[in-house]
Amino acid sequence: MLEMRGVTKAFGSTVANDSIDLELRKGEIHGLLGENGAGKSTLVKILYGLYKADEGEIYIDGEPAGITTPSDAVDRGIGMVHQHFMLVPTLSVAENVVLGAEPGQGPRLDIAAAERAVRDLSERYGLRVDPTANVGHLSVGVQQRVEVLKTLYRDARILVLDEPTAVLTPQETDELFTVLRGFVDEGLSIILITHKLGELLGVSDRITVIRDGKVVDTVVTSETDEAELARLMVGREVVLQVAKEDVEAGDVRMEASDLIVDGASGEAVSGVGLEIRSGEILGVAGVDGNGQVELAEALAGVRQPRSGRIELAGEDVTALDSAAMRARGLAYVPEDRGGKGLVGEFTLAENFVLKTYRRSMFSKIGWLLRNAIRAFARRRIDAFDVRPPNPQASAASLSGGNQQKVIVARELAGEPDVLIANQPTRGVDVGAIEFIHGQLLEQRERGAAILLISLELDEIRQLADRIAVMYDGRIVGEIDAADATDEQLGLWMAGRGGPDEDQPTGDDRVRS
Amino acid sequence: MDELTALLASTIRNATPLAFAALGGLFSERSGVINIGLEGMMLISAFAGVAGAQGSGSTVFGLLVALAVGLLFGLVHAVASITFEADQIISGIAINLLALGGTGLLMVLFFGSGGTSPRIEPFSRIDIPLLADIPIVGAIFSQSVLVYLLYALVPITWWVLYRSRFGLRLRAVGEVPEAVDTAGVNVFRLRYIGVGLSGMLAGLGGAFLSMSLLSAFTEGMTNGRGFIALAALIFGRWNPVGAFAAALLFGFAQAVVFRGGIGFTVPQEFIEMFPYLLVIVALVGFGGRAVPPAASGQPYRKE
Repeated sequence: MLEMRGVTKAFGSTVANDSIDLELRKGEIHGLLGENGAGKSTLVKILYGLYKADEGEIYIDGEPAGITTPSDAVDRGIGMVHQHFMLVPTLSVAENVVLGAEPGQGPRLDIAAAERAVRDLSERYGLRVDPTANVGHLSVGVQQRVEVLKTLYRDARILVLDEPTAVLTPQETDELFTVLRGFVDEGLSIILITHKLGELLGVSDRITVIRDGKVVDTVVTSETDEAELARLMVGREVVLQVAKEDVEAGDVRMEASDLIVDGASGEAVSGVGLEIRSGEILGVAGVDGNGQVELAEALAGVRQPRSGRIELAGEDVTALDSAAMRARGLAYVPEDRGGKGLVGEFTLAENFVLKTYRRSMFSKIGWLLRNAIRAFARRRIDAFDVRPPNPQASAASLSGGNQQKVIVARELAGEPDVLIANQPTRGVDVGAIEFIHGQLLEQRERGAAILLISLELDEIRQLADRIAVMYDGRIVGEIDAADATDEQLGLWMAGRGGPDEDQPTGDDRVRS
Repeated sequence: MDELTALLASTIRNATPLAFAALGGLFSERSGVINIGLEGMMLISAFAGVAGAQGSGSTVFGLLVALAVGLLFGLVHAVASITFEADQIISGIAINLLALGGTGLLMVLFFGSGGTSPRIEPFSRIDIPLLADIPIVGAIFSQSVLVYLLYALVPITWWVLYRSRFGLRLRAVGEVPEAVDTAGVNVFRLRYIGVGLSGMLAGLGGAFLSMSLLSAFTEGMTNGRGFIALAALIFGRWNPVGAFAAALLFGFAQAVVFRGGIGFTVPQEFIEMFPYLLVIVALVGFGGRAVPPAASGQPYRKE
């Protein structure tokens, strides 16, 4: 059906794809597995005409595909669901679906025909969505359906999905996979990209594993298991389970009550209360954009809450800014390392003292003590195995995993009493994930109170002692990690089964 | 009665250049390109129209020259901000300064001195039979041919924006250009068309000033109208009907000033401030939160 041969693509001196061969058979779901930065997205962007390969050929049905632009790819029957949705929030579902291939005569747009086409497709493939709804008002899961409908509307025979489950609850993931199996029955072929190996086992026919831009192996799903896939993906044995010591939770270190916090577009946190105890990790799960960022920023003193109360060790700190919070033993790992965590143009040494340069050990009467700063940076770099181990390197020149290590190394330097960590392992490699997880557990054993916010449910389930689920600015459920199930957490993540069950969820305009 | 008729006629005359330029701004900003060069595009076209009409003896030919020059300046802005990814504000300011200085220089070159150009034959007023005879409201139908063109352009623009393929793509490209690109539509081409139309419409507004409202070019005659048009666009929520209504409101304010004030004694300077004050009040007071197209101001770069 589709064959990629010897595809090579370099960005500057980094080779993202090194002579990659990939074969997609008709009617199969082919998993493309690899770590963040392994080159999966680059490969499919070449297939879709968004990047131009330096070398290699692509064949569809045995003929050279000749794809240089996305419209070539569409013409050849390739449809792509991007990791970041390509949707216009101000337009309707039907308008989004037909954009670029609109029905109508002459210059006229026949919106009624567009809505009819969307309705037909959604009924035929079981993708429930209201064609007249405004896309900006839909939940992410439904937006993804719109993306899939876009490809079907253009008669895609080969469907490429880039990390489609990253934004879904476990139930939505199951639902998506059911729909995909239905597509295969209709004769479509599917490439499914992910870094979560567990979910590929359930849905795919074959799996191609990519590491450092090279194909490691292509395996038949029924003949492999999680351990083998992990080894292929990372290149060494991986400990899938985190060893967690039993730690008795101590005093309440941080407490928040009735927090209401405004975000960029109105109220983002609507009355959250929580407490974090010494020696425990409170995990906050939820689909992206349900108020997690605003909650973390309010607790860290970066964002002033509209109302409510925050206490650190019994002291009312609601009105304090982040520097005052830091002085009281709070550390904060923001979710956006490039934008909020580090200054890319600054050296590692400068980044290490971004928040502490005023202290007497780093400056005297306004003069920075460069040697002391560099020595401090060198010690942290050694302790956290940051590569390259050069305090004078610019932060931007590091890989994502090493940048994240720098932030964690900085935040943990003062042995904080409370740590707010928002997605500390987003987009980093397995090695860095293991390391950061180890550090979080070490802090917990030391007695720190940790709030861990993550979109990866697996991460929360591995590390947290208690799990709270955020939906639409509220904590809809809380449970001991030992008693938690994916089903229960998934229901909460979708805003169902919580204490406000009777209330309409508002933004999930699914017609059922 | 006569006073009201005159006030309404003046309101429409003053609103027309604002509305043309606001529609121009709409095409540009809906495509994702901020156009604060409307003022300059109006000014240079106001001059070009008069110069063209003087040179050829034909007012219609002058209008075509004004349109062509408006288009040319629109394309200058497009090249700078779309192809070369220049800051769109800076490019707009450059166009305004270029038009201001350029028309001053061209006045001397074409007509031998600055200030005011020789008179031309302006577009004549046309009374629509019967409709023009209605008391007061008749003023709407006793206008220059360019005003009737505007009456047509408002619904046409609405139709293009909300009922045509091009309009759908234009609305999309100003919000999420990546979505348009991956749908196989050329982002750059769409934006060039948007900004080009913007220049032509601003040019129409400028031509109306010098060839219909007045019958000569005067240096600096746009006098901030390009910026008021931008305000009308924002107040009208980037919608052609809304922008037209906002232009009428601001045109009314100017008409009040030109017709000698508001009935009680205040210094003339305060009265002249009135339209601009109204712009500010409209934007901050009654506007609520105006949300511009999400991608406006950001150059699009293909990966």
